[in-house]
Amino acid sequence: MTQFTLIDILRNLIFATQWTVILSLVSFAGGGLLGLVLLFMRIGKARLLPPVVKLYVEIFQGTPLLMQLFLAFFGLGLFGIDVPPWLAAAVALILWTAAFLAEIWRGCVEAVAKGQWEASASLGMSYLEQMRHVILPQALKVAIPPTVGFSVQVVKGTALTSIIGFTELSKAGTVLTNATFQPFTVYGLVALIYFALCFPLSQAARHLERKMNAAHRH
Amino acid sequence: MTYQFDFAWLATYWPVFLDGVLMTVRLIVIGGIAGLLLGTFCAWARSLGPVWLRPPVIAYVELIRNTPFLIQLFFIFFGLPAAGFRLTEVEAATLAMVINLGAYSAEIIRAGIEATPKGQFEAGASLALSPVQTFRHVVLVPALQRIWPALASQVVIVMLGSAVVSQIAVEDLTYAANFAQSRTFRAFEAYFVSTAIYLALAILLRFALLQAGRMIFPHAGAAR
Repeated sequence: MTQFTLIDILRNLIFATQWTVILSLVSFAGGGLLGLVLLFMRIGKARLLPPVVKLYVEIFQGTPLLMQLFLAFFGLGLFGIDVPPWLAAAVALILWTAAFLAEIWRGCVEAVAKGQWEASASLGMSYLEQMRHVILPQALKVAIPPTVGFSVQVVKGTALTSIIGFTELSKAGTVLTNATFQPFTVYGLVALIYFALCFPLSQAARHLERKMNAAHRH
Repeated sequence: MTYQFDFAWLATYWPVFLDGVLMTVRLIVIGGIAGLLLGTFCAWARSLGPVWLRPPVIAYVELIRNTPFLIQLFFIFFGLPAAGFRLTEVEAATLAMVINLGAYSAEIIRAGIEATPKGQFEAGASLALSPVQTFRHVVLVPALQRIWPALASQVVIVMLGSAVVSQIAVEDLTYAANFAQSRTFRAFEAYFVSTAIYLALAILLRFALLQAGRMIFPHAGAAR
Protein backbone atom coordinates (compact mmCIF):
# COMPACT_ATOMS: atom_id res chain seq x y z
CA MET A 1 0.00 0.00 0.00
CA THR A 2 1.26 3.44 -0.85
CA GLN A 3 1.97 5.76 2.03
CA PHE A 4 0.78 9.34 1.78
CA THR A 5 3.15 11.93 3.15
CA LEU A 6 1.94 15.37 4.13
CA ILE A 7 3.36 16.68 0.85
CA ASP A 8 1.36 14.10 -1.12
CA ILE A 9 -1.84 15.07 0.66
CA LEU A 10 -1.22 18.76 0.08
CA ARG A 11 -0.34 18.22 -3.58
CA ASN A 12 -3.56 16.29 -4.21
CA LEU A 13 -5.65 18.87 -2.39
CA ILE A 14 -4.14 21.74 -4.32
CA PHE A 15 -4.72 19.87 -7.56
CA ALA A 16 -8.40 19.52 -6.63
CA THR A 17 -8.56 23.19 -5.63
CA GLN A 18 -8.38 24.17 -9.29
CA TRP A 19 -11.86 22.67 -9.76
CA THR A 20 -13.16 24.66 -6.81
CA VAL A 21 -11.71 27.79 -8.40
CA ILE A 22 -13.05 27.00 -11.88
CA LEU A 23 -16.53 26.19 -10.59
CA SER A 24 -16.51 29.37 -8.49
CA LEU A 25 -15.55 31.48 -11.50
CA VAL A 26 -18.17 29.84 -13.74
CA SER A 27 -20.88 30.24 -11.09
CA PHE A 28 -19.96 33.82 -10.40
CA ALA A 29 -19.74 34.84 -14.06
CA GLY A 30 -22.88 32.96 -15.09
CA GLY A 31 -24.73 34.02 -11.96
CA GLY A 32 -23.67 37.61 -12.55
CA LEU A 33 -25.04 37.62 -16.10
CA LEU A 34 -28.32 35.99 -15.13
CA GLY A 35 -28.47 38.23 -12.06
CA LEU A 36 -28.21 41.27 -14.30
CA VAL A 37 -31.10 40.02 -16.44
CA LEU A 38 -33.15 39.39 -13.29
CA LEU A 39 -32.24 42.86 -12.01
CA PHE A 40 -33.57 44.51 -15.15
CA MET A 41 -36.73 42.43 -14.98
CA ARG A 42 -37.13 43.32 -11.30
CA ILE A 43 -36.73 47.09 -11.59
CA GLY A 44 -38.16 47.44 -15.07
CA LYS A 45 -41.48 48.94 -16.04
CA ALA A 46 -43.21 45.68 -17.03
CA ARG A 47 -45.99 44.90 -14.58
CA LEU A 48 -45.72 41.14 -14.56
CA LEU A 49 -41.99 40.60 -14.31
CA PRO A 50 -41.10 42.06 -10.88
CA PRO A 51 -43.33 39.67 -8.87
CA VAL A 52 -41.94 36.72 -10.83
CA VAL A 53 -38.36 37.72 -10.00
CA LYS A 54 -39.36 38.35 -6.41
CA LEU A 55 -40.72 34.81 -6.17
CA TYR A 56 -37.59 33.43 -7.82
CA VAL A 57 -35.38 35.20 -5.27
CA GLU A 58 -37.62 34.14 -2.40
CA ILE A 59 -37.42 30.47 -3.43
CA PHE A 60 -33.67 30.40 -3.97
CA GLN A 61 -32.92 32.30 -0.76
CA GLY A 62 -35.46 30.32 1.25
CA THR A 63 -34.31 26.79 0.40
CA PRO A 64 -31.00 25.03 1.08
CA LEU A 65 -28.41 25.16 -1.69
CA LEU A 66 -27.98 21.42 -1.16
CA MET A 67 -31.64 20.84 -2.14
CA GLN A 68 -31.17 23.00 -5.23
CA LEU A 69 -28.19 20.88 -6.19
CA PHE A 70 -30.17 17.66 -5.74
CA LEU A 71 -33.12 19.03 -7.70
CA ALA A 72 -30.84 20.18 -10.52
CA PHE A 73 -29.11 16.80 -10.54
CA PHE A 74 -32.28 14.71 -10.59
CA GLY A 75 -34.44 17.30 -12.34
CA LEU A 76 -32.20 17.57 -15.39
CA GLY A 77 -32.22 13.79 -15.45
CA LEU A 78 -35.98 13.83 -15.97
CA PHE A 79 -35.39 15.17 -19.46
CA GLY A 80 -33.63 11.94 -20.26
CA ILE A 81 -30.14 13.45 -20.23
CA ASP A 82 -27.33 11.66 -18.47
CA VAL A 83 -26.40 14.47 -16.09
CA PRO A 84 -22.73 14.68 -15.13
CA PRO A 85 -22.22 16.16 -11.64
CA TRP A 86 -20.34 19.19 -12.98
CA LEU A 87 -23.33 20.21 -15.09
CA ALA A 88 -25.82 19.96 -12.22
CA ALA A 89 -23.35 21.77 -9.97
CA ALA A 90 -22.84 24.63 -12.42
CA VAL A 91 -26.56 25.00 -13.20
CA ALA A 92 -27.61 25.05 -9.53
CA LEU A 93 -24.82 27.40 -8.47
CA ILE A 94 -25.51 29.80 -11.33
CA LEU A 95 -29.24 29.96 -10.51
CA TRP A 96 -28.47 30.37 -6.79
CA THR A 97 -25.81 33.05 -7.32
CA ALA A 98 -28.09 34.96 -9.71
CA ALA A 99 -30.85 35.15 -7.07
CA PHE A 100 -28.54 36.63 -4.45
CA LEU A 101 -26.74 39.03 -6.80
CA ALA A 102 -30.03 40.30 -8.27
CA GLU A 103 -31.25 41.05 -4.75
CA ILE A 104 -27.99 42.73 -3.71
CA TRP A 105 -27.93 44.85 -6.86
CA ARG A 106 -31.58 45.80 -6.52
CA GLY A 107 -30.71 47.31 -3.15
CA CYS A 108 -27.89 49.24 -4.80
CA VAL A 109 -30.11 50.62 -7.56
CA GLU A 110 -32.68 51.64 -4.99
CA ALA A 111 -29.96 53.38 -3.00
CA VAL A 112 -29.55 55.85 -5.86
CA ALA A 113 -31.45 58.98 -4.85
CA LYS A 114 -34.89 59.34 -6.38
CA GLY A 115 -34.04 62.82 -7.58
CA GLN A 116 -31.54 61.29 -9.99
CA TRP A 117 -34.38 59.49 -11.78
CA GLU A 118 -36.44 62.65 -11.89
CA ALA A 119 -33.53 64.82 -13.01
CA SER A 120 -32.60 62.47 -15.85
CA ALA A 121 -36.25 62.11 -16.86
CA SER A 122 -36.56 65.88 -17.00
CA LEU A 123 -33.60 65.90 -19.39
CA GLY A 124 -35.75 63.85 -21.73
CA MET A 125 -33.76 60.62 -21.30
CA SER A 126 -35.41 57.33 -22.11
CA TYR A 127 -35.49 54.54 -19.53
CA LEU A 128 -32.47 52.84 -21.05
CA GLU A 129 -30.55 56.12 -21.26
CA GLN A 130 -31.35 56.88 -17.62
CA MET A 131 -30.05 53.46 -16.66
CA ARG A 132 -26.97 53.64 -18.83
CA HIS A 133 -25.81 57.18 -18.04
CA VAL A 134 -27.22 58.07 -14.63
CA ILE A 135 -28.41 55.21 -12.44
CA LEU A 136 -26.12 52.27 -13.15
CA PRO A 137 -22.81 54.18 -12.89
CA GLN A 138 -23.82 55.33 -9.42
CA ALA A 139 -25.30 51.99 -8.39
CA LEU A 140 -22.20 50.18 -9.59
CA LYS A 141 -20.02 52.05 -7.12
CA VAL A 142 -22.23 51.00 -4.22
CA ALA A 143 -22.52 47.46 -5.57
CA ILE A 144 -18.86 46.51 -5.70
CA PRO A 145 -18.15 45.83 -1.98
CA PRO A 146 -21.18 43.56 -1.33
CA THR A 147 -20.64 41.80 -4.66
CA VAL A 148 -17.04 40.99 -3.75
CA GLY A 149 -18.30 39.94 -0.32
CA PHE A 150 -20.80 37.56 -1.88
CA SER A 151 -18.09 35.88 -3.93
CA VAL A 152 -16.94 34.35 -0.63
CA GLN A 153 -20.35 32.67 -0.31
CA VAL A 154 -19.98 31.30 -3.85
CA VAL A 155 -16.57 29.75 -3.11
CA LYS A 156 -17.95 28.19 0.09
CA GLY A 157 -21.07 27.10 -1.76
CA THR A 158 -19.03 25.03 -4.19
CA ALA A 159 -18.11 22.74 -1.27
CA LEU A 160 -21.65 21.31 -1.39
CA THR A 161 -21.17 20.07 -4.93
CA SER A 162 -18.97 17.31 -3.48
CA ILE A 163 -22.20 15.77 -2.16
CA ILE A 164 -23.60 15.22 -5.65
CA GLY A 165 -20.27 13.76 -6.70
CA PHE A 166 -18.34 16.65 -8.24
CA THR A 167 -14.65 16.21 -7.42
CA GLU A 168 -13.37 19.46 -6.03
CA LEU A 169 -11.53 20.39 -2.85
CA SER A 170 -14.07 18.97 -0.35
CA LYS A 171 -14.49 15.73 -2.28
CA ALA A 172 -10.72 15.36 -2.51
CA GLY A 173 -10.62 15.83 1.27
CA THR A 174 -13.09 12.99 1.76
CA VAL A 175 -11.27 10.71 -0.69
CA LEU A 176 -7.90 11.45 0.94
CA THR A 177 -9.35 10.87 4.41
CA ASN A 178 -10.55 7.45 3.32
CA ALA A 179 -7.11 6.67 1.89
CA THR A 180 -4.97 7.99 4.74
CA PHE A 181 -7.18 7.71 7.84
CA GLN A 182 -5.95 11.15 8.89
CA PRO A 183 -9.17 13.20 9.01
CA PHE A 184 -7.73 15.78 11.41
CA THR A 185 -4.83 16.65 9.11
CA VAL A 186 -6.75 16.39 5.84
CA TYR A 187 -9.83 18.40 6.84
CA GLY A 188 -7.59 20.87 8.65
CA LEU A 189 -5.66 21.43 5.41
CA VAL A 190 -8.88 21.62 3.38
CA ALA A 191 -10.17 24.30 5.74
CA LEU A 192 -6.90 26.22 5.43
CA ILE A 193 -7.05 26.13 1.61
CA TYR A 194 -10.65 27.44 1.65
CA PHE A 195 -9.50 30.10 4.07
CA ALA A 196 -6.66 31.06 1.73
CA LEU A 197 -9.20 31.45 -1.10
CA CYS A 198 -11.87 33.29 0.87
CA PHE A 199 -10.00 35.49 3.32
CA PRO A 200 -8.44 37.79 0.68
CA LEU A 201 -11.89 38.23 -0.87
CA SER A 202 -13.57 39.14 2.42
CA GLN A 203 -10.70 41.49 3.29
CA ALA A 204 -11.02 43.13 -0.13
CA ALA A 205 -14.77 43.56 0.39
CA ARG A 206 -14.18 45.13 3.80
CA HIS A 207 -11.46 47.40 2.43
CA LEU A 208 -13.67 48.56 -0.47
CA GLU A 209 -16.54 49.22 1.89
CA ARG A 210 -14.38 51.33 4.16
CA LYS A 211 -12.97 53.25 1.21
CA MET A 212 -16.46 53.99 -0.05
CA ASN A 213 -17.71 55.11 3.34
CA ALA A 214 -14.72 57.42 3.65
CA ALA A 215 -15.54 58.93 0.27
CA HIS A 216 -19.09 59.51 1.44
CA ARG A 217 -18.04 61.38 4.55
CA HIS A 218 -16.09 64.06 2.67
CA MET B 1 -40.57 14.90 -21.28
CA THR B 2 -42.49 11.70 -20.70
CA TYR B 3 -41.76 11.41 -17.01
CA GLN B 4 -44.76 10.72 -14.79
CA PHE B 5 -44.59 12.42 -11.43
CA ASP B 6 -45.61 10.20 -8.55
CA PHE B 7 -46.17 11.33 -5.00
CA ALA B 8 -48.18 8.29 -3.89
CA TRP B 9 -45.23 7.01 -1.83
CA LEU B 10 -45.75 9.95 0.54
CA ALA B 11 -48.66 8.03 2.11
CA THR B 12 -46.10 5.53 3.43
CA TYR B 13 -43.12 7.78 4.05
CA TRP B 14 -44.58 10.90 5.61
CA PRO B 15 -43.61 9.82 9.17
CA VAL B 16 -39.95 9.80 8.07
CA PHE B 17 -40.33 13.38 6.88
CA LEU B 18 -42.06 14.36 10.11
CA ASP B 19 -39.17 12.94 12.15
CA GLY B 20 -36.78 14.78 9.86
CA VAL B 21 -38.57 18.08 10.38
CA LEU B 22 -38.52 17.57 14.14
CA MET B 23 -34.76 16.93 14.06
CA THR B 24 -34.12 20.01 11.90
CA VAL B 25 -36.25 22.12 14.24
CA ARG B 26 -34.50 20.70 17.29
CA LEU B 27 -31.08 21.47 15.80
CA ILE B 28 -31.93 25.07 14.96
CA VAL B 29 -33.60 25.76 18.32
CA ILE B 30 -30.65 24.50 20.37
CA GLY B 31 -28.03 25.67 17.90
CA GLY B 32 -29.77 29.01 17.48
CA ILE B 33 -29.99 29.86 21.17
CA ALA B 34 -26.47 28.67 22.02
CA GLY B 35 -25.08 30.26 18.87
CA LEU B 36 -26.58 33.66 19.66
CA LEU B 37 -25.20 33.47 23.21
CA LEU B 38 -21.75 32.65 21.85
CA GLY B 39 -22.08 35.44 19.29
CA THR B 40 -23.06 37.94 21.97
CA PHE B 41 -20.07 36.96 24.06
CA CYS B 42 -17.71 37.29 21.08
CA ALA B 43 -19.21 40.65 20.08
CA TRP B 44 -18.66 41.90 23.63
CA ALA B 45 -15.12 40.50 23.69
CA ARG B 46 -14.25 42.13 20.38
CA SER B 47 -15.63 45.58 21.00
CA LEU B 48 -15.48 46.06 24.79
CA GLY B 49 -13.68 43.07 26.25
CA PRO B 50 -10.09 42.84 27.52
CA VAL B 51 -7.45 43.48 24.87
CA TRP B 52 -5.86 40.01 25.19
CA LEU B 53 -9.18 38.39 24.30
CA ARG B 54 -9.53 40.19 20.99
CA PRO B 55 -6.98 38.35 18.77
CA PRO B 56 -8.34 34.85 19.51
CA VAL B 57 -11.93 36.04 18.96
CA ILE B 58 -11.00 37.74 15.66
CA ALA B 59 -9.17 34.57 14.55
CA TYR B 60 -12.21 32.43 15.41
CA VAL B 61 -14.66 34.69 13.61
CA GLU B 62 -12.52 35.00 10.48
CA LEU B 63 -11.70 31.30 10.34
CA ILE B 64 -15.36 30.28 10.52
CA ARG B 65 -16.64 32.96 8.15
CA ASN B 66 -14.09 32.01 5.50
CA THR B 67 -14.50 28.23 5.44
CA PRO B 68 -17.51 26.13 4.32
CA PHE B 69 -19.89 24.80 6.97
CA LEU B 70 -19.53 21.32 5.47
CA ILE B 71 -15.79 21.29 6.22
CA GLN B 72 -16.37 22.62 9.74
CA LEU B 73 -18.82 19.78 10.27
CA PHE B 74 -16.44 17.15 8.88
CA PHE B 75 -13.57 18.51 10.95
CA ILE B 76 -15.61 18.31 14.13
CA PHE B 77 -17.14 14.90 13.42
CA PHE B 78 -14.27 13.09 11.67
CA GLY B 79 -11.22 15.15 12.65
CA LEU B 80 -11.68 15.77 16.36
CA PRO B 81 -12.02 12.09 17.38
CA ALA B 82 -8.47 11.65 16.07
CA ALA B 83 -7.50 14.24 18.67
CA GLY B 84 -9.40 12.34 21.37
CA PHE B 85 -12.66 14.36 21.27
CA ARG B 86 -15.50 12.07 20.27
CA LEU B 87 -19.07 13.27 19.68
CA THR B 88 -22.27 11.65 18.46
CA GLU B 89 -23.66 12.74 15.09
CA VAL B 90 -26.28 15.01 16.65
CA GLU B 91 -23.80 16.51 19.11
CA ALA B 92 -21.33 17.21 16.32
CA ALA B 93 -24.02 18.80 14.15
CA THR B 94 -25.25 20.97 17.03
CA LEU B 95 -21.72 22.03 17.94
CA ALA B 96 -20.94 22.90 14.31
CA MET B 97 -24.09 25.02 14.08
CA VAL B 98 -23.34 26.79 17.35
CA ILE B 99 -19.78 27.58 16.27
CA ASN B 100 -20.95 28.71 12.82
CA LEU B 101 -23.79 30.92 14.03
CA GLY B 102 -21.57 32.23 16.84
CA ALA B 103 -19.07 33.66 14.36
CA TYR B 104 -21.64 35.22 12.01
CA SER B 105 -23.83 36.64 14.75
CA ALA B 106 -20.76 38.05 16.52
CA GLU B 107 -20.12 40.30 13.52
CA ILE B 108 -23.76 41.35 13.29
CA ILE B 109 -24.10 42.08 17.02
CA ARG B 110 -20.76 43.91 17.03
CA ALA B 111 -22.09 46.23 14.33
CA GLY B 112 -25.06 46.92 16.60
CA ILE B 113 -22.85 47.57 19.61
CA GLU B 114 -20.51 49.86 17.69
CA ALA B 115 -23.45 51.92 16.48
CA THR B 116 -24.25 52.74 20.12
CA PRO B 117 -23.71 56.46 20.74
CA LYS B 118 -20.83 57.14 23.13
CA GLY B 119 -23.18 59.09 25.35
CA GLN B 120 -24.99 55.86 26.24
CA PHE B 121 -21.85 54.48 27.93
CA GLU B 122 -21.33 57.78 29.76
CA ALA B 123 -24.98 57.90 30.79
CA GLY B 124 -24.67 54.38 32.18
CA ALA B 125 -21.54 55.29 34.09
CA SER B 126 -23.12 58.45 35.47
CA LEU B 127 -25.94 56.30 36.89
CA ALA B 128 -23.22 54.41 38.81
CA LEU B 129 -23.78 51.25 36.78
CA SER B 130 -20.80 48.93 36.59
CA PRO B 131 -19.33 48.35 33.09
CA VAL B 132 -21.05 44.96 33.00
CA GLN B 133 -24.39 46.45 34.06
CA THR B 134 -24.00 49.23 31.49
CA PHE B 135 -23.32 46.65 28.80
CA ARG B 136 -26.21 44.43 29.83
CA HIS B 137 -28.90 47.09 30.28
CA VAL B 138 -27.81 50.13 28.31
CA VAL B 139 -25.77 48.85 25.37
CA LEU B 140 -26.74 45.28 24.53
CA VAL B 141 -30.53 45.48 24.45
CA PRO B 142 -30.75 48.47 22.08
CA ALA B 143 -27.94 46.96 20.00
CA LEU B 144 -29.80 43.66 19.65
CA GLN B 145 -32.99 45.50 18.85
CA ARG B 146 -31.20 47.46 16.14
CA ILE B 147 -29.82 44.40 14.35
CA TRP B 148 -32.57 41.90 15.15
CA PRO B 149 -33.81 41.54 11.54
CA ALA B 150 -30.25 40.78 10.33
CA LEU B 151 -29.86 38.29 13.16
CA ALA B 152 -33.14 36.61 12.23
CA SER B 153 -31.95 36.25 8.62
CA GLN B 154 -28.70 34.71 9.79
CA VAL B 155 -30.51 32.13 11.94
CA VAL B 156 -32.62 31.20 8.89
CA ILE B 157 -29.43 30.86 6.80
CA VAL B 158 -27.93 28.52 9.42
CA MET B 159 -31.15 26.47 9.47
CA LEU B 160 -31.00 26.07 5.68
CA GLY B 161 -27.29 25.31 5.91
CA SER B 162 -28.06 22.51 8.36
CA ALA B 163 -29.24 20.43 5.38
CA VAL B 164 -25.68 19.12 5.10
CA VAL B 165 -25.71 17.46 8.54
CA SER B 166 -27.37 14.51 6.78
CA GLN B 167 -23.85 13.86 5.46
CA ILE B 168 -22.77 12.69 8.91
CA ALA B 169 -25.97 10.59 9.21
CA VAL B 170 -27.99 12.98 11.35
CA GLU B 171 -31.60 12.06 10.60
CA ASP B 172 -32.84 15.49 9.60
CA LEU B 173 -35.18 16.60 6.81
CA THR B 174 -32.59 16.02 4.08
CA TYR B 175 -31.90 12.57 5.47
CA ALA B 176 -35.63 11.84 5.19
CA ALA B 177 -35.52 12.73 1.48
CA ASN B 178 -32.38 10.63 0.98
CA PHE B 179 -34.06 7.72 2.74
CA ALA B 180 -37.32 7.99 0.81
CA GLN B 181 -35.61 8.28 -2.58
CA SER B 182 -33.38 5.28 -1.88
CA ARG B 183 -36.48 3.15 -1.23
CA THR B 184 -38.87 4.55 -3.84
CA PHE B 185 -36.43 5.67 -6.60
CA ARG B 186 -38.51 8.85 -6.77
CA ALA B 187 -35.51 11.12 -6.26
CA PHE B 188 -36.87 14.29 -7.80
CA GLU B 189 -40.18 14.07 -5.96
CA ALA B 190 -38.48 13.27 -2.64
CA TYR B 191 -36.18 16.30 -2.86
CA PHE B 192 -39.03 18.43 -4.15
CA VAL B 193 -41.06 17.62 -1.04
CA SER B 194 -38.17 18.32 1.33
CA THR B 195 -37.35 21.56 -0.52
CA ALA B 196 -40.94 22.74 -0.14
CA ILE B 197 -40.86 21.91 3.57
CA TYR B 198 -37.56 23.80 3.97
CA LEU B 199 -39.15 26.82 2.29
CA ALA B 200 -42.10 26.67 4.67
CA LEU B 201 -39.76 26.25 7.65
CA ALA B 202 -37.68 29.23 6.54
CA ILE B 203 -40.75 31.46 6.22
CA LEU B 204 -42.14 30.27 9.58
CA LEU B 205 -38.83 30.61 11.40
CA ARG B 206 -38.31 34.12 10.08
CA PHE B 207 -41.82 35.12 11.08
CA ALA B 208 -41.41 33.56 14.55
CA LEU B 209 -38.10 35.33 15.12
CA LEU B 210 -39.46 38.71 14.07
CA GLN B 211 -42.46 38.19 16.36
CA ALA B 212 -40.13 37.15 19.18
CA GLY B 213 -38.16 40.32 18.55
CA ARG B 214 -41.31 42.35 19.04
CA MET B 215 -41.95 40.58 22.34
CA ILE B 216 -38.38 40.82 23.64
CA PHE B 217 -38.03 44.48 22.67
CA PRO B 218 -41.44 45.97 23.40
CA HIS B 219 -40.23 49.57 23.35
CA ALA B 220 -39.95 49.70 19.60
CA GLY B 221 -38.44 52.94 18.46
CA ALA B 222 -37.39 53.94 21.98
CA ALA B 223 -33.78 53.06 21.34
CA ARG B 224 -32.24 54.08 18.09
